[in-house]
Amino acid sequence: MNAINMNRRSWLKASGALVVGFAAGGLPNPAAAWTEKPVAGDQVAAFLAIDQEGKVTVYIGKVDLGTGVRTGFMQIAAEELDVPLSRVRVIEGDTALTPDQGATYGSLSIQVGGVALRAAAATARRELLSRAADRLGVPVAGVGVEDGVVVAPTGRVSYAELVRAGGLELKVDPAAPIKPPNARRIVGREIPRVDIPDKVFGHAGYVHDLKVEGMLHGRPVRPPRMGAVAEAVDEASVAHIPGIVRVVHQGAFVGVVAENEWSAIKAARDLKVRWSAWAGLPDQTKIWEHVRASQVAQVQVTQERGDPAATMTGAARRMSASYDFAIHTHGSMGPSCAVAEFKDGRLTTWSASQATHNLRKQLAMMLAMPVEQVRCIYLEGAGCYGRNGHEDAAADAALLAKAVGRPVRVQWMRADEHGWDPKGPPHLVDLRAGLDAAGNIVGWESEAFIPKGAGGNVDLTAAELSGLPRESLQSPGNIVHNLALPYALPAVKTTCHRLETTPFRPSWIRTPGRMQNTFANESFLDECAAEAKVDPIDYRLRMLPPEETRGREVLERVARLANWQKRPSPQRELAGEWVTGRGVTYCKYELVRTYIAGVAEVSVNRGTGEIRVTRFFCTHDCGQMINPGGVRTQVEGNIIHTLSRTLFEELTYDRGAVTSLDWGSYRVIAFPEVPQITVELIDRPAEAPWGAGEPAAAIVPSAVSNAVFDATGVRMRSVPFLPAKFKAAAQST
Amino acid sequence: MSQNLAMTVNGRNVTVTVDDPEMPLLYALRNELGLTGPHFGCGLGQCGACTVHLDGEAARSCVTPVASAAGKTIVTLEGLGTPERPHKLQQAFIAEQAVQCGYCANGMIMQSAAFLARTPRPTEAQVKEELVNNICRCGTHPRVVAAVMRAAAQG
Repeated sequence: MNAINMNRRSWLKASGALVVGFAAGGLPNPAAAWTEKPVAGDQVAAFLAIDQEGKVTVYIGKVDLGTGVRTGFMQIAAEELDVPLSRVRVIEGDTALTPDQGATYGSLSIQVGGVALRAAAATARRELLSRAADRLGVPVAGVGVEDGVVVAPTGRVSYAELVRAGGLELKVDPAAPIKPPNARRIVGREIPRVDIPDKVFGHAGYVHDLKVEGMLHGRPVRPPRMGAVAEAVDEASVAHIPGIVRVVHQGAFVGVVAENEWSAIKAARDLKVRWSAWAGLPDQTKIWEHVRASQVAQVQVTQERGDPAATMTGAARRMSASYDFAIHTHGSMGPSCAVAEFKDGRLTTWSASQATHNLRKQLAMMLAMPVEQVRCIYLEGAGCYGRNGHEDAAADAALLAKAVGRPVRVQWMRADEHGWDPKGPPHLVDLRAGLDAAGNIVGWESEAFIPKGAGGNVDLTAAELSGLPRESLQSPGNIVHNLALPYALPAVKTTCHRLETTPFRPSWIRTPGRMQNTFANESFLDECAAEAKVDPIDYRLRMLPPEETRGREVLERVARLANWQKRPSPQRELAGEWVTGRGVTYCKYELVRTYIAGVAEVSVNRGTGEIRVTRFFCTHDCGQMINPGGVRTQVEGNIIHTLSRTLFEELTYDRGAVTSLDWGSYRVIAFPEVPQITVELIDRPAEAPWGAGEPAAAIVPSAVSNAVFDATGVRMRSVPFLPAKFKAAAQST
Repeated sequence: MSQNLAMTVNGRNVTVTVDDPEMPLLYALRNELGLTGPHFGCGLGQCGACTVHLDGEAARSCVTPVASAAGKTIVTLEGLGTPERPHKLQQAFIAEQAVQCGYCANGMIMQSAAFLARTPRPTEAQVKEELVNNICRCGTHPRVVAAVMRAAAQG
């Protein structure tokens, strides 16, 4: 046997940049709050430490979900402090070590997390320079920094020496001066990501790879019908499996624990459970009727100007349409995984949670423990595009570890992930518009039917199934955004009917709501442009408010990038089996930040309904870019991920449970289906840095829909754009 | 009853002791041998995250019974190349920044390495067809193709 048994310490050592070791001494602090250092968000020491060798540690509440922000954080700290990048390391998402900066969502890691870090680093720099100036006997204006050493004509003193005399216990000053654009050497450059070498050599240290001493392996056994409870569990049915340790059963929560992973998998597969009947899901073929009939909890008007009802009544032409967007799963490549350990009355979990500080509170609530006795540590997982199953795996692991009194690692199986991660909810929008004789929009009304709730905590499945305490929140993300329009229309009213319930536990998936609302708005706008017989880019440009120069620029530049030929849609060459077209979309993210425009080019088979996206062009202005390479890969990822969602993805279910439980039944994009992608980034070093992890996703579905219309005259109003839907739409056109 | 299975893994002769010869090779590699380059993605042979080389061919270790690997030669991502002696594909993936979360990268590299060994000068279309059963959710596809073409160009 050549087993390589790594204990936690050696694993941590091996994981390089991901060192999450406990503070010296190992045992947790006896203090009420389980923290190993300052974590209050207004303190410099919450974000930064400089050690006796001058090495800088960044502590950050936002985590790298595979997006590359870790490299961006390093650039920000290295830039403001004037230290080499190689002397900076980053610790992310550890409730005992990092400030609570909220969940890593909403394209806010750089915009909010990075800007907070920058302010802390700028405050630290000012303090260190002031101390150095005192020591060197010169005014502050007379000192500079070279690689972490403050230099003056009178001498030199290193950061390491300066912090030896006293730490960085001072408040963050958000007004501390940051480096001006022309002085930057590290920020704004395309620095290669620091995590990639470990990932291509197999040394990355994902949460899936963690081994804790004495660790057992657990698997949840989920109900075959979502609301069923386990009436009887036959433990004897798995007693013969070698290494089986325990079958855990509480209400509808069932799990198995074994000495090794394969035994746990077999036990979960073979365990005989009598489940109760349940058939509470709606009929999938009537999902939109179900959504329309759902009880409305709240009516929210997100934009209101003029009297659109009146202007539409008097309009020369009136238009109306409904757009819907299917239920999606996150479909993470790596099923959710976590390790939980109880020790000395305290719980530690390791997971790829995008919100460890929130998870900590949820676990404490579920287990009726003081929150101070829980520590949640982030380790990288498979790409996470929103709140998926990581938190739930942590809760599963905690319940199982508590039951057996030893650390337990839980990794879901593929069917657990596809079946039980929270879903992007069904999203339906009705639109109406009135056009004057010249084709100008004189009135616009839209009504979205979407679940209530915002970006709060998503209940833990283990708590729900076992009947343990939970918040009973419904949190689909801030899905009202971008129903309001970025255009200057004389009369507009956009309304969200926030529904009391939605069929599946909802959460946010990349660009929640913004994507679905932009799909509806920008496709319907395209319908108006076609009705007006105006070129779709010209139509948008003439409606943009004059002060939106940055919006105008992304649209004009994408027209040049795509070699856009001015003409109204649809195109006139309707001969042959395959026809081609192009479509445009514009978005100002949440109407307050990142500007994006995109052009999709498609080929459509009019006989089979197959839609191929052949090229996609995108112009992107997120203000200052910390790392243009990182922004570019995020934009590419947004486009490809969303093409997959637009063309192929749809959750399927019967009256009891999800039926799309693998990659065969939940189809995603494959290599030959990925178009040529051309991205043009607009850098604005003097502006604020905005998010890039989501905005470009918002423009994809409508750009494709508009291109299909341009090619064929057929309007796709229902995501995903399956061939059967094209054929049905073509028949009704 | 446990049994001992001998195989060559990354150039070393090893013996793996298993209770169940049907256990997928993936768990022996990850849990017994500490080789965490291959990842569990689906357990169904659909996504490619678990890919290793079995006697030089790309194989899905999540659906390969460990007993069927007895007597064979296995190479994992760790054995393909090291930071000191990288495989040209590992270098190319770094050069093209062809990784986001990286969970699928193991499969992309291992599938492509076996492919390039028998098709040294592929077209882009051939690369895409070869990787048709390797899933990526982050959207690294164009960079993965560019990395494979870059490695191929090095001969």
